Amino acid sequence: MAKKPLQKKKNPIPCQEAGSRSANFLEVALGYSPEIAVSEADRCIQCKDQPCVAGCPVEIDIPAFIRLMRDGDFAGAARKIKEKNALPAVCGRVCPQEEQCEAVCTLAKKFEPVGIGRLERFAADFEAAMAHGADGAPLPKKAPPTGRRIACVGSGPASLTVAGDLVLQGHEVTVFEALHKAGGVLVYGIPEFRLPKAIVQREVDYLARLGVEFQTSVVIGKSFTIDELLGELGYDAVFIATGAGLPHFMKIPGINLAGVYSANEYLTRSNLMKAYTFPEHATPIVRGKRVAVIGGGNTAMDSVRTARRLGAEEARLVYRRSREEMPARKEEVEHAHEEGIIFMMLHNPTKILGDEKGRVKAIELIKQQLGEPDASGRRSPVAIPGSEFTVPVDLVVMAVGQGANPLIRATTPDLKCNKWGNIEADPETGATSKKGVFAGGDIVSGGATVILAMGAGRKSARAIHKYVCELPVRVG
Amino acid sequence: MDTRIRPPSNAVVGRTVLGPDVVRIDIESPFIASRRRAGQFVIVRVDERGERIPLTIADSDARRGTVSLIVQGVGKSTRQLNSLPVGSRLLDLVGPLGRPTHVIERGRVACVGGGIGTAVIFPIVKALHAAETHVIAIVGARNKGLLILEDDIRPLADEFFITTDDGSRGRKGFVSDQLLDCIKSAQAAGTPLDEVIAIGPVPMMRAVCNATRPFGIKTVVSLNSIMVDGTGMCGGCRASVGGEMKFVCVDGPEFDGHAVDFDELTLRLQTYREDEQRALKEYMESHPPDPHSH
Ligand SMILES: Cc1cc2nc3c(=O)[nH]c(=O)nc-3n(C[C@H](O)[C@H](O)[C@H](O)COP(=O)(O)OP(=O)(O)OC[C@H]3O[C@@H](n4cnc5c(N)ncnc54)[C@H](O)[C@@H]3O)c2cc1C
Ligand code: SF4
Ligand code: FES
Repeated sequence: MAKKPLQKKKNPIPCQEAGSRSANFLEVALGYSPEIAVSEADRCIQCKDQPCVAGCPVEIDIPAFIRLMRDGDFAGAARKIKEKNALPAVCGRVCPQEEQCEAVCTLAKKFEPVGIGRLERFAADFEAAMAHGADGAPLPKKAPPTGRRIACVGSGPASLTVAGDLVLQGHEVTVFEALHKAGGVLVYGIPEFRLPKAIVQREVDYLARLGVEFQTSVVIGKSFTIDELLGELGYDAVFIATGAGLPHFMKIPGINLAGVYSANEYLTRSNLMKAYTFPEHATPIVRGKRVAVIGGGNTAMDSVRTARRLGAEEARLVYRRSREEMPARKEEVEHAHEEGIIFMMLHNPTKILGDEKGRVKAIELIKQQLGEPDASGRRSPVAIPGSEFTVPVDLVVMAVGQGANPLIRATTPDLKCNKWGNIEADPETGATSKKGVFAGGDIVSGGATVILAMGAGRKSARAIHKYVCELPVRVG
Repeated sequence: MDTRIRPPSNAVVGRTVLGPDVVRIDIESPFIASRRRAGQFVIVRVDERGERIPLTIADSDARRGTVSLIVQGVGKSTRQLNSLPVGSRLLDLVGPLGRPTHVIERGRVACVGGGIGTAVIFPIVKALHAAETHVIAIVGARNKGLLILEDDIRPLADEFFITTDDGSRGRKGFVSDQLLDCIKSAQAAGTPLDEVIAIGPVPMMRAVCNATRPFGIKTVVSLNSIMVDGTGMCGGCRASVGGEMKFVCVDGPEFDGHAVDFDELTLRLQTYREDEQRALKEYMESHPPDPHSH
């Protein structure tokens, strides 16, 4: 059989048309059809050294799942992925594949890499559709009950991974979440148009069916302390994954004007509280006509695209470095462009100006140029003196990074943290300075990615299992 | 012993009308009831479409496992909340949040409550009384019909005063006028105040701070910023105190009143004014006032 020539480009993913989608919150990318999925899977040359596997933070057997897809066994492909990654429908949508598996794909040397993320997404969605809703998917067998109890603090991807792994090993797991909905950044931060909330809910429901107990509206450090969890509340171990939830604000005049949000607040109002439907949902949100979002990461991109969907005629992204340095996912940057977002690279705000009612009316920006490379090798931006100018805006969103929330630190004195407030944990086990307490995800690493949080969760789950199995038998 | 935490029912087990559009509701939540301290608050959500509303815990009964909230129906969400009948339940209740009041023991403190702020000052009066502090309580309102908690606070206070703007009860004038007199007579008697705690509308707290500043008396105020999460995650509640940015939900809600930027707070509190009016109007049109609610 003659081998057909290799298709050089990835099969594009069908999307909602840019004009209409920038006025709604429905998911932008629609996903592959089965035919396109098979055709994309067929691009993989099943190379021997499979660099993609090493490029994946949780080492999914990528060529194996792609082979199954090529042969049309989509459900088998999904099972293969799930051996290593419990949340493929999420990761297929939000992982920075262009920096991970796809960056090192052999095809990428000459052509476009295999669309690994898109294939992962297709397999996961296919399996979910086959399962006919939450009670359809068959549950894996659990190990017999061990009588051990584990508390997970926070309900983002790190905790969900730990909970899923440990419940299967026969432990009792409770997930405590401060907000009223489980899912962490996946529900309060990442917008519907990029990650439909029904997908996150499906994963949470699945864990609940496996027997994980979710207690929402419980703030550890306030409602209960870590010591109480380990003491009178009878947990054998605690896993802390409270994320990077402390927003940074620039120290510039006007930062507290009405109409200046942190990205966390803006996105929480819109995503978790559904303010985009106000007044149907009761939480209001400032709907700017001219919006400036400051930052260059995924959070900034999500904010500026939300602003567009909330009716902004001018939605601009202000970033102090150049486009190459933007840490946001490449696909999102492209989508943002198509949606008419104005990119102002190499600009930095110097002040925010308000009207007599204390509402934002303009922002002053200064031009930047790239200077000498700094210690990290990145060329750091320097302001060009005298280049300030103002742009009229009525909403400013700060997406300039986040730090560690101090609530747990403040009430757990024997938990060692670094100078930024992140918990110090062993990278292989998640063990902290406190006996029985493990930690992982953004609270340890600082703001990172979903897959890294899950990877940390998997390692901690292994260590926690070992730890509780070696505990002396409880008496009384 | 079974150590399991049971998710609280959040059931409304008591409801008392305290004044026009002011209702006290008692909610079942044993773990919040047993650990809350004066000055702390909860965030509630009435139903699936509801917003997250911060409310001070006015009182609690650890034995019954209930917390009491005093709600003034000013907007849609608070009206919804204060029309909940006994037997219904809140969808979400989270707490206790915020730092507790620093309770001075065996000292002399003036507690000043204005309007609905009286509901916030009440648990502080109670805690100070229990700590054997001499409490001067000053409670004010626009008119006598709007006075709340008089009978609850009076027995706990060593000195008790009422002011109304129109003179329909107690002294005609502002709480700050009464406070000035109290400060002066305390000084004349050689028993100066250790602290003043003032909670109420922003103009009232500002007036109290202006009154105490020349005397150099430490003055604590409780800020009612707009909040979302209540855990320090969003920064929506931020306020400037002594030139520094503070998150009211975790660093407060109580701060040194002489350092608070009240102008900024006032402007930030008005961020959603038009939205709130719109939501209220739509709510009132679909929920005509119930003649039996008072
Ligand atoms: C807007 C936005 C977009 C992003 N986009 C991407 C993307 O496209 N791709 C990607 O890979 N990564 C992305 N990230 C990063 C990614 O979401 C995080 O790295 C990841 O979610 C971290 O997971 P986690 O489990 O550590 O914690 P989180 O997901 O942060 O969850 C922590 C949870 O803990 C809860 N919590 C905090 N304190 C307490 C407490 N004291 N008690 C109880 N609960 C508590 C919080 O409410 C929260 O729900 C994005 C982040 C943001 C903010
Ligand atoms: S590196 Fe690319 S071509 Fe090679 S196995 Fe992985 S996906 Fe296939
Ligand atoms: S309410 Fe969000 S940080 Fe205070």
